[in-house]
Amino acid sequence: MRYFPHTGEDIKEMLEEIGLGSLDDLFGPIPEDCRRHGELDLPGPLTEWELNARMDALANEMAVPPDYRVFLGAGSYNHFVPEVVRQLLLRSEFYTAYTPYQPEISQGTLQAVYEYQTLTTRLLGMEVANASMYDGASALAEALLMAIRVTRRQKVAVSRLVHPFYRNVVQTYLAAPGYEVVELPYRENGTTDLSGLQDLEEYAAVAVQSPNFFGCIEDLESQGKTVHSDQKTLFVVTFSEPLAYGLVKPPGELGADIACGEGQSLGIPQSFGGPGLGLFATRQKFVRSMPGRLVGRTTDKDGRPGFVLTLATREQHIRRERATSNICSNHGLCALAATMYMACVGGTGFRDLAQLNHDKAEYLKDGLRKSRAEIPFAAPTFNEFVVRFPAGFEATRDRLLEKKMVAGIPLSPFYPEFPDHYLLCATEANTREDMDALIKEVGS
Amino acid sequence: MKEISELHFAEDVRYAESHEWVRQEGDKVRAGISDYAQDQLGDIVFVELPEVGSSFSKGDEFGTVESVKAVSELYMPVGGEITAVNEDLEGQPELVNNDPYGGGWMIEISPSDQGEMSSLMEKDAYLEKLKG
Repeated sequence: MRYFPHTGEDIKEMLEEIGLGSLDDLFGPIPEDCRRHGELDLPGPLTEWELNARMDALANEMAVPPDYRVFLGAGSYNHFVPEVVRQLLLRSEFYTAYTPYQPEISQGTLQAVYEYQTLTTRLLGMEVANASMYDGASALAEALLMAIRVTRRQKVAVSRLVHPFYRNVVQTYLAAPGYEVVELPYRENGTTDLSGLQDLEEYAAVAVQSPNFFGCIEDLESQGKTVHSDQKTLFVVTFSEPLAYGLVKPPGELGADIACGEGQSLGIPQSFGGPGLGLFATRQKFVRSMPGRLVGRTTDKDGRPGFVLTLATREQHIRRERATSNICSNHGLCALAATMYMACVGGTGFRDLAQLNHDKAEYLKDGLRKSRAEIPFAAPTFNEFVVRFPAGFEATRDRLLEKKMVAGIPLSPFYPEFPDHYLLCATEANTREDMDALIKEVGS
Repeated sequence: MKEISELHFAEDVRYAESHEWVRQEGDKVRAGISDYAQDQLGDIVFVELPEVGSSFSKGDEFGTVESVKAVSELYMPVGGEITAVNEDLEGQPELVNNDPYGGGWMIEISPSDQGEMSSLMEKDAYLEKLKG
């Protein structure tokens, strides 16, 4: 679909049609004190070369690869994006497309979304996926709302090892309607402790993240069994690093009723924190309670295959305040990038890449362990892990930053009980030389 | 959509403001939606019904009915416990369109207060309401 802005002539014609003289007349019903008067406070115009210089200067203030050697994960991962993904995304048929209401002119976009859904269900081991949500955090919040709808219960349990930002978003979604969010503690090995969970029949859902915020792989299979000791409670598994499922079993094979999380790792640049991509998948029996858009495959009157928005009657534009979600759109371009990424990496490539991430992180972990650092949590990890450095590491970290090396993020702002603990990450984008340099610096 | 005169209104049921019907059957009642309601909704593709054994008050939402153009809530015409649901609707939701007072029934209720039946409309009163 194309996008045409209004010209001055268009605006004049429309105003004439409804009998108004100016745009100010159109905005007349808005109370005076709610309206801005005068011009917006914006800087003056720049030439193209001045603007480029300005943007470069802003970009250079950030510590990003390849100028910096970055060992950060915590929800946003530095992965290589194959050039083919970028080139395909630049096709105007894709990047100008908005919500595809009209199947007769949107088959390309609809098919791409359908392929995205198929690849997402395969990645997560689930039966049905929606056309995507905003990001991992909104996907988790929507999953919990869905569990509340399905079970008609008012309370959910969320692991403290779910990304702190995701938990904030969950609170934002659930607090106002009056739903209760209970946080689950963690065990000494860095995984979630469900043993204190009482009165399961009161809970709509129990949510854990795997790999969790400490990078540790949760024992989803046994947690799923615990959660399903009540027939109705849904087991929700979230994630910030889906690449892990190239190596460990996906949530769907381990009892998850809803698998949802962040898809940034799948071919989407980090871009200063966003936009991300919310992957969301569930079981076929819950499809009518699932939030978001869904594209289905069908046949037209001549029996030819085609794609069309499906179960749209659940959505906001038809069902208003009773819709399954107030998200009536999807992250089309990000979902498309993820589709292209998964398709071009392929199943084998995905596994190889996951193995490479794991091996790099283990190499870094071993090296750090040998040079004064402690690895406090015993549970296995994927491509990130927590390190306890000797007290006073902040100064070392600042010194490394001057050497263009970013040595993890401190846990203490999110977990005050862990001073001197840092979360570090290594992906295929971190070379052995980079890791050796970090190990050497930390040990010196 | 049809004219009201083209629709069928069963004589042996009572009607709720929200277009459900109820028929007394022994000490239980059956409920569904009226011919007017199914005609307004259009082709019905899915009916979500409650669990047997759950209890609701009069006016509570007990399920939803999904047609090709909308999803609508279903409301309890009288309060009570659900003693049966029409499992045929899972595979043949169109029964609600084709036979709304018969094969398209939705739930069987053991009413908590038989008196609530008398608050519902007879056919004539319901027709008056529809004609506005």
